[in-house]
Amino acid sequence: MTTAATHSERLSVLDRPNSYIGKTVPRPNIERLVQGRGLYVSDMVLPRMVQVVYLRSPHAHARIIEIDTVAAKQVPGVIAVVTGKELSAVITPWVGVLSHMKGLKSAPQHAIAIDHVCWQGEAVAAIVATSRAVAEDAAELVAVEYEELEAVTDMRTALDPGTPVIHASLGDNLAFERHLDAGAVDQAFAGSDEVVEADFVFGRHTGVTLEPRAVVADWSAAEARLTIYQGTQAPHMVQNIAALHLGLQDSQVRVVCKDVGGSFGIKVHVYADEMATYALSKLLRRPVKYVADRVESFNTDIHARDHLCRGRIGVKRDGTITAFEIDDLTGIGPYSMYPRTSAIEANQVVNLVGGPYVAKNYRARTRVVFQNKNVMCQYRGVGHPVACSVTEGLVDLAAAKIGMDPVEIRRRNLVPDDAYPCASPSGLKFELLSHHAALNRLMAMMDYDGLRAEQAALRKKNIHRGIGIASFIEITNPSAAFYGVGGARISSQDGVAVRMDATGAAICQTSITEQGQGSESLTAQIVGSVLGVPMERVRVILGDTDNTPYGGGTWASRGAGIGGEAALQAAKALRSNILDVAAAILQSTPAELDIVNNAIVNAGDGSTRIELSELARIVYFRPDTLPPGIQPELMATRHFVPRDYPFAFTNGIQASWLEVDTDTGFVKLLKHWVVEDCGTIINPQLVDEQIRGGVVQGLGAALFEKCIYDERGQLTNANMADYLVPMSGEMPDIDIGHVVSPTAETELGAKGAGEAGTAGAAAAVANAVNDALRPFGATITEIPLTPQTILTALRRI
Amino acid sequence: MKASAFSYARATSVANALDLLAAHGDSAKVLSGGQSLMPAMNLRLINPELLVDIGDLAELRGIVLRGDVLRIGALTRHVDLLQSPEIAAHAPLLTEAIGHVAHPAIRNRGTIGGSLAHADPASELPACMLALKATIIVRGQPGERRIAAGDFFTGIYETALSPQELLVAVEVPVARKDSTHFFHEFARRHGDYAIVGAAAQAVVRDGVFADLRIAFFAVGDRPLLAKVAARLVDVAITPVILAEASAALGEELDPQEDQQASAAMRRHLAGVLLVRGVSALLGRPDLSGAPA
Ligand SMILES: Cc1cc2nc3c(=O)[nH]c(=O)nc-3n(C[C@H](O)[C@H](O)[C@H](O)COP(=O)(O)OP(=O)(O)OC[C@H]3O[C@@H](n4cnc5c(N)ncnc54)[C@H](O)[C@@H]3O)c2cc1C
Repeated sequence: MTTAATHSERLSVLDRPNSYIGKTVPRPNIERLVQGRGLYVSDMVLPRMVQVVYLRSPHAHARIIEIDTVAAKQVPGVIAVVTGKELSAVITPWVGVLSHMKGLKSAPQHAIAIDHVCWQGEAVAAIVATSRAVAEDAAELVAVEYEELEAVTDMRTALDPGTPVIHASLGDNLAFERHLDAGAVDQAFAGSDEVVEADFVFGRHTGVTLEPRAVVADWSAAEARLTIYQGTQAPHMVQNIAALHLGLQDSQVRVVCKDVGGSFGIKVHVYADEMATYALSKLLRRPVKYVADRVESFNTDIHARDHLCRGRIGVKRDGTITAFEIDDLTGIGPYSMYPRTSAIEANQVVNLVGGPYVAKNYRARTRVVFQNKNVMCQYRGVGHPVACSVTEGLVDLAAAKIGMDPVEIRRRNLVPDDAYPCASPSGLKFELLSHHAALNRLMAMMDYDGLRAEQAALRKKNIHRGIGIASFIEITNPSAAFYGVGGARISSQDGVAVRMDATGAAICQTSITEQGQGSESLTAQIVGSVLGVPMERVRVILGDTDNTPYGGGTWASRGAGIGGEAALQAAKALRSNILDVAAAILQSTPAELDIVNNAIVNAGDGSTRIELSELARIVYFRPDTLPPGIQPELMATRHFVPRDYPFAFTNGIQASWLEVDTDTGFVKLLKHWVVEDCGTIINPQLVDEQIRGGVVQGLGAALFEKCIYDERGQLTNANMADYLVPMSGEMPDIDIGHVVSPTAETELGAKGAGEAGTAGAAAAVANAVNDALRPFGATITEIPLTPQTILTALRRI
Repeated sequence: MKASAFSYARATSVANALDLLAAHGDSAKVLSGGQSLMPAMNLRLINPELLVDIGDLAELRGIVLRGDVLRIGALTRHVDLLQSPEIAAHAPLLTEAIGHVAHPAIRNRGTIGGSLAHADPASELPACMLALKATIIVRGQPGERRIAAGDFFTGIYETALSPQELLVAVEVPVARKDSTHFFHEFARRHGDYAIVGAAAQAVVRDGVFADLRIAFFAVGDRPLLAKVAARLVDVAITPVILAEASAALGEELDPQEDQQASAAMRRHLAGVLLVRGVSALLGRPDLSGAPA
């Protein structure tokens, strides 16, 4: 077999005939989903399947004295009532730490609390029954005697000597602390014309997926094998964690994840109640289903943000930013989440503040403390919205202080587009960003000068509009630097296997997953383009640890950049194999041939030589007719992981135009713009949808969403009426523009785009509100920006 | 969350429904559109033993004009109110208000009878009933009672209805030719229950109110017909008069504090609404620049 020739010279995926790259094509799964043929775990029914309901602690902090399950067990239809102690015979506890988060500590967490409950909503018993309704009836009969303990709720006093320590074994309530000092910060502040300081407050909020967390665990005693059907972003991670704590080999656990009703980072973790469900299936030797209801989702899906961050910026009269400094504090609930830990968000805040700017002087401290509230962890944008709001808020305050236009101060300080590669003061390595090109594009899209004129004219009529700008950077395509180096078995590489079937169609198995981002579409687009077959002839299989290569999944804006590159390389290898066979059949050379539109063609004039279906027929059914020594290999597998840069940074800029009713404190969003640079754009519609969706979640944080806890640690708005998600009626039109700076690390050149919208939306809105309120001398550095907050700042109430 | 087990009966006539209610007393609940009842049951906030579904009772459905009174059956859905030409012509305040009630999917099922019987103090329709001087008609086994809207709402989720009675209809006087109306509410998101809202019906002659009924909602345990309206009738309104009325309104109200707004904010917003409402009703934008 001749394999010497590679065909790379004709394989630039970007400019092949019939390429799908850069084209808006409908998602291949769209009809299946809209016709109701999705395979959501919530809808699954298996023979002998039972339902589990978790009885949850009504107290934020308490000792369990006694659990009486007798009455509950007598309810007809109840199969079992299981306490934490009983379940601990089947599953071991875990500790959510990573070795590269130096000093991070946490306490052992059990699938079901054994004697100590640490937040309102922690499970204290499992009630397994033939239906959820029966289990809920029985749950009302489980009598739990608690001794209530003082709840640690205020992160500002969590470290005070007088505050109770939640986990005695840890010594204090400090989970993690990080300091950073780059350049000469004190000198820089001393040499500044103005130093501005502000306290930024970020509400706790959560992801609110349309389909709640759902799992069906099916232990087959005969095979000694557990099949987990779960809406997750990381099937191989779940496989490993489940096996580890149930005392199984990874090979004894299969994780199947078909359609998922939204994830946003909520479903990239392993939750205690999910672990309990796996364990219950093993214990009861039958399929057990758990679907969180909405109240449970609010009480147990990870929360995010909840930062208090004091920020300082130094500026010279000419607009030069001299230094940034932050002192950040965040409360993460009683445990560091498993296995990704709850130190990552704070760590990202430290990494990202000041990131778009040239200033080299930067000092930061963050402290992560335990408290008796629901766990906090990574949700879309991890740390970015906090860092961006602090940075961009400070930049606007500095501009206002020296009387400079907010755009002008950014022009003078954003890292120049020709300065790459370079690094940030916190050590982030940037391959190629485009802050100035993005800013210029934004100015044109929004007609900045026109809006400023309109704003001035309307102010005279007592109408108060504001413009807010926010530049941002986004971490995408993480390498092993994210989790692997810290000892977590969370893969940063992904694999794709592509094969040609006996009719010339392609079947592709990928380790990335689909929760609506378009993973299926982008994989089919890449494989179809590189292989030379229409997308309809590419079938994509994902979300099954038995049937896909090993890989990380879909999170941290990595699917397109990492899984997409693996798909490209696999398709390229398969293509090369196909051309080798074709050359043998056609007595030609691979270099003289190409694949276009389901057929082998002459590379020179494009004339058809042999259909792929015919080639496949020969390979699979008449191999006897092939020249001797040829063994066709119509399947190829490739894996990819970034190695040159720990992360592929992207950048962008957002702007908000809004009106504040200064009599009522209500904010009306009029328009939002985003210019984003995610490198190669595979499918413009998918990218724009990702950005819009992300912006909407950021706008939710800016104006609406907050988990409201009382001082006793009770979540008081755990329902869809009181927790306000952003809805279409309040959303502005969101215009999106692009700058394209591909990463040179991959042939595809794609970076991530999934979190860009969330990163900067709240910062743009907060800056716009403050811009609108400037004539009143009011500045607000707290989100959500509620009417009550705004009226208070205006001293109207 | 799943509701605990309950029995279900589909009433075949009003008399049948009343029999069932009489027999089961407090442990039965009338099921109308289910948009408030079912969520409460699923959250196990209430656990009725029997649901009496009145959905089949055609006699409770429909809008009829009789002389100068509009009779609206209890089963009339929000969407029917929204689309009714009779309502648009004779009670346009309702047409405008109903667009603020929830979202289309809920308006397709929720009914006027359910909304009034439920008596959520933040709800739009009860306030409209006050502004429109409506009469609420209820029937029990002893017979029919006609209750003025002002007497019907007695507290949070509380009304003059007894558990054995059915709300059968409301009667709304037809709007006079020279009347005008105003409706506005402040809600965080479109379709949410209001933080503060106002529904007003007025007669304006030569730029002066001949009559003004303005009902506020979400400012207390029930909708409230503002007494300050009387100060604005038969006078030439100036920004100063309006500001004084707005301040006096604050004293009339005893609003609750919740996650959306403090009591002070509710008083403030009610004042803003009064100013904006009067300004709109009189067609005088100059008044809304007045300090609230
Ligand atoms: C997401 C959401 C948002 C909403 N937003 C709003 C809003 O902004 N404004 C608003 O006003 N409402 C809102 N609602 C409530 C909605 O308008 C309800 O439809 C209405 O309050 C109740 O009407 P129903 O026909 O659904 O009554 P049901 O839910 O069937 O019944 C409600 C109560 O009234 C009793 N009842 C019903 N009919 C009668 C009768 N004829 N006689 C005696 N008792 C009776 C029932 O026993 C029950 O106690 C919202 C609901 C939802 C789910």
